[in-house]
Amino acid sequence: MSGLALDHVFKRFGNLTVLRDVNLTVAPGEFVVFVGPSGCGKSTLLRMIAGLETISDGELQIGGARMNDVPAAQRGIAMVFQSYALYPHMNVYRNMAFALETARMPKAEIDARVRRAAAVLQLDHLLTRKPKELSGGQRQRVAIGRAIVRDPDIFLFDEPLSNLDAELRVQMRLEIAELHRRLGNTMIYVTHDQVEAMTLADKIVVLRAGQVEQIGSPLELYNTPANQFVAGFIGSPKMNMLRPSSTHFEDGELRLELGDLRLLLGRRGGAEAPAALGIRPEHLRVGSGTLKLGEISVQQVEHLGSASLVHGRLPDKQNLVVQLEGQQRIGIGDCLPVFLEPANCHLFREDGAALPRPAQPALEGTAYAH
Amino acid sequence: MLASLARPALAGARPRQPARRRWHGLAGYLFLLPWLIGFFGLTLGPAVASLILSFTHFDLITDPRWAGLANYRRIAFIDTKFWASLHVTFTYVLLSVPLKLAFALGVAMVLNKGMRGLTVYRAIFYLPSLLGGSVAIAVLWREIFSGSGLLNRLLALVGLHGPSWIADPDTAIYTLVVLGVWQFGSPMIIFLAGLRQIPQDLYEAASLDGASRRRQFFRITLPLLTPIIFFNAIVQVIDAFKAFTPAFIISDGGGGPINATLFYTLYLYQEAFGNFRMGYASALAWILVLIIGTFTAISFLSARYWVHYDE
Repeated sequence: MSGLALDHVFKRFGNLTVLRDVNLTVAPGEFVVFVGPSGCGKSTLLRMIAGLETISDGELQIGGARMNDVPAAQRGIAMVFQSYALYPHMNVYRNMAFALETARMPKAEIDARVRRAAAVLQLDHLLTRKPKELSGGQRQRVAIGRAIVRDPDIFLFDEPLSNLDAELRVQMRLEIAELHRRLGNTMIYVTHDQVEAMTLADKIVVLRAGQVEQIGSPLELYNTPANQFVAGFIGSPKMNMLRPSSTHFEDGELRLELGDLRLLLGRRGGAEAPAALGIRPEHLRVGSGTLKLGEISVQQVEHLGSASLVHGRLPDKQNLVVQLEGQQRIGIGDCLPVFLEPANCHLFREDGAALPRPAQPALEGTAYAH
Repeated sequence: MLASLARPALAGARPRQPARRRWHGLAGYLFLLPWLIGFFGLTLGPAVASLILSFTHFDLITDPRWAGLANYRRIAFIDTKFWASLHVTFTYVLLSVPLKLAFALGVAMVLNKGMRGLTVYRAIFYLPSLLGGSVAIAVLWREIFSGSGLLNRLLALVGLHGPSWIADPDTAIYTLVVLGVWQFGSPMIIFLAGLRQIPQDLYEAASLDGASRRRQFFRITLPLLTPIIFFNAIVQVIDAFKAFTPAFIISDGGGGPINATLFYTLYLYQEAFGNFRMGYASALAWILVLIIGTFTAISFLSARYWVHYDE
């Protein structure tokens, strides 16, 4: 089992820089997920680790050894492709055995490995089938099996579940998590689906436009997003971003006003005026709570069964989504008072970077007091 | 009882076909007509006529006389020239088709690498296929491979004295094979399209699996191209069996030297239009149909063992 390190890695195609100064350390056995919107460079980064793309600048190390110029096959990695890339003219057995045959492994050893992997992935009864005779989920399993038989140090997954339907995706997600638990190998997984990222990862790398926005555990990213982009990308439904009606200093204190909300953000010199206040829909309450944000008029209600998503509008025309537990009897046009906990507020600068959250911003009524 | 109850309702419900609908049908047949005339008048009709004629003696001047199986018996047991032409034709088919396909695939793979000016190269390589069957190119070929031709003049520059390639019975057929291979453009274009169909990620997966270029070619490219190879092989074999123009020009219609370029079709032509034995030539033609048919049938039967269809 090996770890991996990326040190000031760049990728350029001609004049176009698609990855910029990526630094990352992956510990042995860690499950790391690269997540980001389409075109953010996450797949390119994975392919650079695999050896399918050259590294324009910087260094890639696997198990402590520089890998920039090592051929893909000698990096100790195996990759599961988005399209599965199964050889269509070979049956399941041959697909899984191909790499081992290429390495001229003894036949008995090949057979043992293929059958062991097939048993793990419940493919035993499908070994003589061709890929076209398999369902999407089965093809996915063969692609994973092809990676397992090689016993690699590092598994790479390039959006492996994106071609599956929703139900199968959830099932395969659990299977991949179970596989990681059982094998314990280092795994790097690319997805644009933040739910996959949150559920699978030990560590998430959020990418945007070729740059790393934040690296951290799923809960770190959820609780303390480094910027507005990460805050919006991680968590579903998305975090509400609200513009304060004013931020000003009064009596040496930085005050934020937004609807009915009054927050004290610290003393002059110690605080910076935020351009946006973020609050997750699941952190808002209706009817009672610590601080009142304001009244929303309900525009739309989505009933999920276990929860209700209320889309409303504040008096200053800003949109707000509130997630309420259970099945709420709320009609369009209703007016609802919305409350929040100061500790759940995220503050962002004009450029999007997160500001340190005051531990306990004071509240109106108990009046700006510390 | 049930039937008799049901019938009147059905009969009553059956509408008369509106006039417009009938005109629509007529228009369809009118559009088909040129093809129908061509097929029955120029293909099926003559084919059936030639089958009947193959059982007759017919010299174009007097009426055909029924000959039974005499023509076929003569072909099988007496006519040595038939066997000579068959030998030449099989040699040509067995040499030119594999060489042409290999050459076409090789060029297609080079072009598939993605190079600057690809469309120009593609057009240039395809050009011989357009010109190759023409009389002009066959004349040119004769000039290149004759005793004082271009090839020998080039060889003379390096001090070699070449024979007259087309006058030497040992080499004449090979000049025709080279001419055949030179017309690799059309299978090349089809191979190029086939290569484009192979997903790039299969090669990426194979390179991760440690497969060398050579192994990737034999284990991925070649198996996935088998439907294309199959198609090209059938078309090219039929074409090669029917080859006529180059041999006719190079040997001045004689199939010489010493029958070395006596293609089957050339012999057939000599019998029909040289000796005016139309019945005999028809029998020869039908034997060629049988040979091509047999070959094609065997190819299709064998396909299931070596041709991989993805869907």
